[in-house]
Amino acid sequence: MKKVLMGNHAAAVAAALARVQVTVGYPITPQTQVYELLAEMKLNGTLAGEFIAAESEHSVMAAIYGAATAGARTFTATSSQGLAYMHEMLHWVAGARLPVVMVDVNRALGAPWNLGTDQTDSLSQRDTGWIQIYCSTNQEILDSVLMAFKIAERVMIPTMVVLDGFTLSHSYEPVDVPAQDDIDAFLPPFKPELTLDPKRPMTFGALVGPKDYLRLRRRMAADMAEAERAIDEVGREFGERFGRFYGQLDAYRCEDAETVLVTSGAVGSTARAAVDALREQGLAAGNLRMRSFRPFPAQALRAFVRPGMRLAVIDRNYSPGAGGIFAQEIKAALYPRSSASVHGYVAGLGGGDITVELLQEVWRRVHDAAAAEPEPASWVEDAR
Amino acid sequence: MKTSIPSNELMSSGHLACQGCGATLSMRYALKGLGANTVIVIPACCWTILAGPAPLSSLGLPVLHSPFASAAAAACGVKAGLRSRGDVETQVVAWAGDGGTFDIGLQALSGVADRNEDILYVCYDNEAYMNTGVQRSGGTPQGAWTMSTPGASGSTRPKKDLDAIILAHHPVYFATATPAYAEDMVLKFTKARAIKGFRFIHILSPCPPGWKSDPKDSARLSRLAVQTGLLRLYEVEDGRMRLNMPLSKRKPVEDFLRAQGRYKGMGTAQIADLQRRVDEAWGKDPESEP
Repeated sequence: MKKVLMGNHAAAVAAALARVQVTVGYPITPQTQVYELLAEMKLNGTLAGEFIAAESEHSVMAAIYGAATAGARTFTATSSQGLAYMHEMLHWVAGARLPVVMVDVNRALGAPWNLGTDQTDSLSQRDTGWIQIYCSTNQEILDSVLMAFKIAERVMIPTMVVLDGFTLSHSYEPVDVPAQDDIDAFLPPFKPELTLDPKRPMTFGALVGPKDYLRLRRRMAADMAEAERAIDEVGREFGERFGRFYGQLDAYRCEDAETVLVTSGAVGSTARAAVDALREQGLAAGNLRMRSFRPFPAQALRAFVRPGMRLAVIDRNYSPGAGGIFAQEIKAALYPRSSASVHGYVAGLGGGDITVELLQEVWRRVHDAAAAEPEPASWVEDAR
Repeated sequence: MKTSIPSNELMSSGHLACQGCGATLSMRYALKGLGANTVIVIPACCWTILAGPAPLSSLGLPVLHSPFASAAAAACGVKAGLRSRGDVETQVVAWAGDGGTFDIGLQALSGVADRNEDILYVCYDNEAYMNTGVQRSGGTPQGAWTMSTPGASGSTRPKKDLDAIILAHHPVYFATATPAYAEDMVLKFTKARAIKGFRFIHILSPCPPGWKSDPKDSARLSRLAVQTGLLRLYEVEDGRMRLNMPLSKRKPVEDFLRAQGRYKGMGTAQIADLQRRVDEAWGKDPESEP
């Protein structure tokens, strides 16, 4: 059934459709409507499970840790400072191999205060051991949350579904909401092997020596590699059931593209418009949207890139002293084997507009550069 | 022979505690009251070690280790998770030291107490960060030496009034305990088990390395804390307080202090001052409720 939903509500509706057993929440702009709608659904009976209104994000993830170890399917949503405040627990939940699903609504980190969208919050959690999926439309938010449970529970790795603050979270779009029966067929109940059970007493998280620790992390690495396949396979299964196909990458008009705008999140939609405009001018433009960031889709990226291709990477994030984070990771995945050049552009931090015009300008700068020698990170702003 | 304390043991003797550890006695008695249908959540504290490194365990029930600040929140999550799977019977107990309760875990604890989450929170209070080698916590008494309050005067601030903080959250059940009074302790855990909602038990737990006391004196110090009036054994149910151990005559606080090296820096004047404060708190009548 088609409904007009804001991005935050698409996330909450998806969590309820996934029959989450324990939801824990805490308010933070611009995520608050996820929390509010779930509280309302709990009250009117459309959210069947337990609902905890915690007193901080650190406790949100701690309660999720307890609930997931007890064997429940769990969900929460946060943003920015809230995500940063959870940081310790993000590592812990990933190390405990719990298939938690969380929505992060991108927002800039302070200081100074800023509420606008900015990916540095989620990207700075890249080493915590969570799968990260970036969405470009409200439909994709709903679909990605549903797929996230299936992916997470297959590889036993927590999964973060990321969406742009305000641009998606507060924008209304028509969203096809699948029927509960169809979701139930796609996503069966969570059946963990090991749980906290007095009939079968076990200890979780006990002290280990370096040998076991290294082996546990190595197993996580193997399962992260498996997650690359899981994202593609679950995306394909979802497509077969619901008509919308997903994968690690989403390429648009790239077949013969010489220079490709590489984006993540909602900028992907804007980039398509920029590519269309460039194509109308007879230019070989394309857009590659990075849906997954962890595990980093290195194999898929290497398969995508052709020799001599120029990648204009738009980063709405910034790692001080290093540059845009997607650009760095793409370079690490491609070099030194690829002859493609990677050009990093930092734009739209703290909610600044990344317009069709700005994206065309970046594309031209990369395409028209005399040599394919990449520049260090360039900062661009829309002057309009 | 029929004993007043259940003879079953849910804790094994193969734990890793120091000699004379009050925290192991406390756990042993607590589990006798709680029974096997219990999940224990342990944040960073001595018990992280005492429960055993993987794959060993000194506890015969499910254990969840959690980061330092998160015991209360993790425990309420476990309870919600079990409930969501149809298990409404299993007890969930957060078992934390004073650092994890008075200091870093206080926010999460306040949250679960405020929401009246259906868990039992136990603080085994040995009055400093003992697992990291004796540093001051909010539970350290005035005058006590620690590695982070190294001068002759020891800790200069009075012990944080945790009981008042917890009671300000209107818990359904609150009690203090100490392992020298084993029957009292087992009884309190048995009672707490049967109550729904947020419950809290505050245990004073002797620690020979941190208190600089002889391991053979742990039970004696636990008893002296009560007999001197420094520790009051009491319960609060539905807002009503009941003193469990009225004293017809209190022993001088000096008896408790002098058996511990951590109070070596306390002079006669400071001891007299502490005695005066204890007397004032109890009033003229030794059986009066402070």
